[in-house]
Amino acid sequence: MKKELIAVFALLITTVSFAQEKNKKMKFDVNGKCAMCKERIEKAALNVKGVKYASWDIPTHQLSVILDERKTNPMKIKTAIVAVGHDTKELKATDEAYHSVHPCCLYRDDNSDDGATH
Amino acid sequence: MNKYIIVLATVFMPWLIFSQENVEGVVVENANPNLGLPGANVYWMNSQIGVVTDIDGKFSIPYKNEFNKLIISYVGFESDTLTINEPKIIKHALKASNTLNEVVVQQKRDAVQKSYFSSQNVVTVNSAELLKAACCNLSESFETNPSIDVNFSDALTGTKQIQMLGLTSPYLLITQENIPMVRGASQAFGLTFTPGTWVESIQITKGTGSVVNGYESISGQINAELVKPLTDNAVFVNGYLNENGRQEINAHFNKKLTNKWSSGLYVHANQRTQKEDDNEDGFLDAPLSNQINVMNRWQYQDAEKGWVSFFNIRFLNDEKQVGETNFNPDTDRVDLLSRNEGFTLSGDEVWGSEIDTRRFDTSLKLGYVVPELPYQSFGFQASYSKHMQDSYFGVRTYDINHESIYSNLIFNSILGDTRNKFKTGLTFAYDGYDEFVNTIDYSRVDRSVGAFFEYSYENLEKVSLTAGLRVDDHNSLGAFVTPRFHIRYTPWEHASLRGSFGRGKRAANIFAENQQLFASSREIVIKNSGGKIYGLDPEDAWNYGVSFLQGFNFFNRKGDITFDFYRTDFKNQIVVDWENPQEVSFYNLEGKSYANSFQVELNYEILPQLNVRTAYKYYDVSADYESGTLQKPLLAQNRFFANIGYETKPKENGAQWRFDYTLHRLGEKRLPDTSTNPEEYQLEEYSSPYNHMNAQITKVFSNVFEIYAGGENLSNVTQENPVLGADDPFGSNFDTTIVYAPIMGRMFYAGFRFKIN
Repeated sequence: MKKELIAVFALLITTVSFAQEKNKKMKFDVNGKCAMCKERIEKAALNVKGVKYASWDIPTHQLSVILDERKTNPMKIKTAIVAVGHDTKELKATDEAYHSVHPCCLYRDDNSDDGATH
Repeated sequence: MNKYIIVLATVFMPWLIFSQENVEGVVVENANPNLGLPGANVYWMNSQIGVVTDIDGKFSIPYKNEFNKLIISYVGFESDTLTINEPKIIKHALKASNTLNEVVVQQKRDAVQKSYFSSQNVVTVNSAELLKAACCNLSESFETNPSIDVNFSDALTGTKQIQMLGLTSPYLLITQENIPMVRGASQAFGLTFTPGTWVESIQITKGTGSVVNGYESISGQINAELVKPLTDNAVFVNGYLNENGRQEINAHFNKKLTNKWSSGLYVHANQRTQKEDDNEDGFLDAPLSNQINVMNRWQYQDAEKGWVSFFNIRFLNDEKQVGETNFNPDTDRVDLLSRNEGFTLSGDEVWGSEIDTRRFDTSLKLGYVVPELPYQSFGFQASYSKHMQDSYFGVRTYDINHESIYSNLIFNSILGDTRNKFKTGLTFAYDGYDEFVNTIDYSRVDRSVGAFFEYSYENLEKVSLTAGLRVDDHNSLGAFVTPRFHIRYTPWEHASLRGSFGRGKRAANIFAENQQLFASSREIVIKNSGGKIYGLDPEDAWNYGVSFLQGFNFFNRKGDITFDFYRTDFKNQIVVDWENPQEVSFYNLEGKSYANSFQVELNYEILPQLNVRTAYKYYDVSADYESGTLQKPLLAQNRFFANIGYETKPKENGAQWRFDYTLHRLGEKRLPDTSTNPEEYQLEEYSSPYNHMNAQITKVFSNVFEIYAGGENLSNVTQENPVLGADDPFGSNFDTTIVYAPIMGRMFYAGFRFKIN
């Protein structure tokens, strides 16, 4: 019985040590080109439970996020972002998801910043 | 022991089941192979499948036939690609690397920015737009902006009064860096006390504002951001001269003292010593004046720790003399003598007036952004001002001292994620007025404390909204609730549909706001109703608005069109009744008072570098006066506006030409009733429409030096008889308050700007 308790306790400890930072700040590359892309990317990121802040910078293509590490991790955010059609460094959107974006956002051919003309 | 095994089995079972289709393993650091790397990326090349290693560096990723390149990457390490053809268990070590890239990109901003995303109807006017007119001070900064109408307040001082949605400036909240500024005693001339060169940008909010800045705004909010010591030019000098003898000089000196501290000294002086009487009515067309205005700003910025702070201190001295051209203040002042027992006017008196203002103000702003959480911040604002005006108008004396303290504490954060934000805080305000009209004491003290909460939601796509509520307890206005609500909806691309409603409440400072009445023979009548402010009740109004903005691209050039409609509905208003030419009376509204405003505005770049802005406005501003329901006097119901701006492409050193032309077409205005006056002092029922035109040319030689020259009132329209009863200023028909057109004719000016970065 005692040992059983220890085992359960050991399990709990592991879970506790998973309790990482509540407000973890991160930055990573997401491909896109315009203000519409920005909306789509930020929305996809914020729809991931545990993401508190998401801001995608058009010129640098950097997505800054703040997330609760107990609830999510960056790969989950990237999974959500590729699902709406935006490539990340690691994960790539399916052709189907990529072509679901507005035609003006098709960044794979020309990912220059054309935020000014949108 | 058995139980132990069961527990262990339960823990491992899921792993065992998955292990058949998963690739599992551990990622470690090359330099320390015993330590797992938590947070490393493990993903299939060109796939949508990826995971992150756990606290021990372990991972488990689904295996699929179509992928066989597994990439392992981690910030600060070199990425590795492994070829994997079957589910298995791996251990992989990553090598450290040292490459970091940083990119800085800047983008040019438009002179006037309309927001597509904010739920409030905000237009930002930046310094490029402010340079379109040689705006000497804040009151003259709106000539090229169709949302704001600029009128002359009286025939003597040449003071420009602004209106928005058909309501005059007391119904606007005018703030300087979000601290209420032009209010109370400074209502009439306050805008002329902020030199144009001090202004970095202006934000104009139409309709009900935010609850964060108080309960006083009714038809809108104007916020002026001043230049900052850290970003303003190291040295800036501006000189201005016009043919009517107005001279202005501005000098800015800014210095970065340490990495964190910067300071700026801003000096402004203006004067007019030349007597102008072009219409030959014996009265000065513009005041003899001089102003000294000095401000010192300190800026503290520590980006790493998240602190930003501003400290301002300002001193102002402003003197104006108006009235008959031969008035000598040293010998001709009669207001004090006229209080003496047995005083009678001999008929030889000369009518004159002096308005002397001294003002001291200081403010502190402290902002702290939690460095790790860009959405969480604290802000604290505190300001103190003392405004002293000593003035007389013929036989009337008007003195007001206004001491004001304002402080606001704001906390910003989020609920869950940044789509749900809130601001909350506390406000404390104190206003002490020592006010004397002749010998009657109207002094009073206003004190209020309030708390506010504002929630804003933005789904980044179609909808955003702001809902605010504040509760205030005020010694004269009582305890009351101010709700305000804004919503924005994007029905399709480049379009924005907005709606808003909200309440505003304020204590009308009837004399300070209507100072022009003193320069008339009108008897002042206050129909006391037992209220707490001059015997009157607080003003209370609701504002409702809808607005639609559509951006477009026509022949590859950008443009936008805006339609908006706003209505202000007064529950109570202090009606200022000019309808009897012998008196001006103030009373609580009985019946209805509303202001409807409709505006269409079109902006388009017609040719490359040639921008056109046009607007049409219609106002229906009506109130129940004692004499019946009437349109507000001196307000043009129909107005048309056009601004054309052309600029050549700037050369590398910034050299360019800029041309600007502005046209205002003002429809007829209803004039206050003068039918009971003797015939020679009667005016028409309506004034005739007229066009008002301004133009300016700027030649920029380089980033260091530019000159400009321009003309105002190019069509040379002037009001025939701005001073009613000018032949007998101490008689019973003297009136300088009925002004519907410019007093001064065509006028040219020139100036220069010199700056060193």
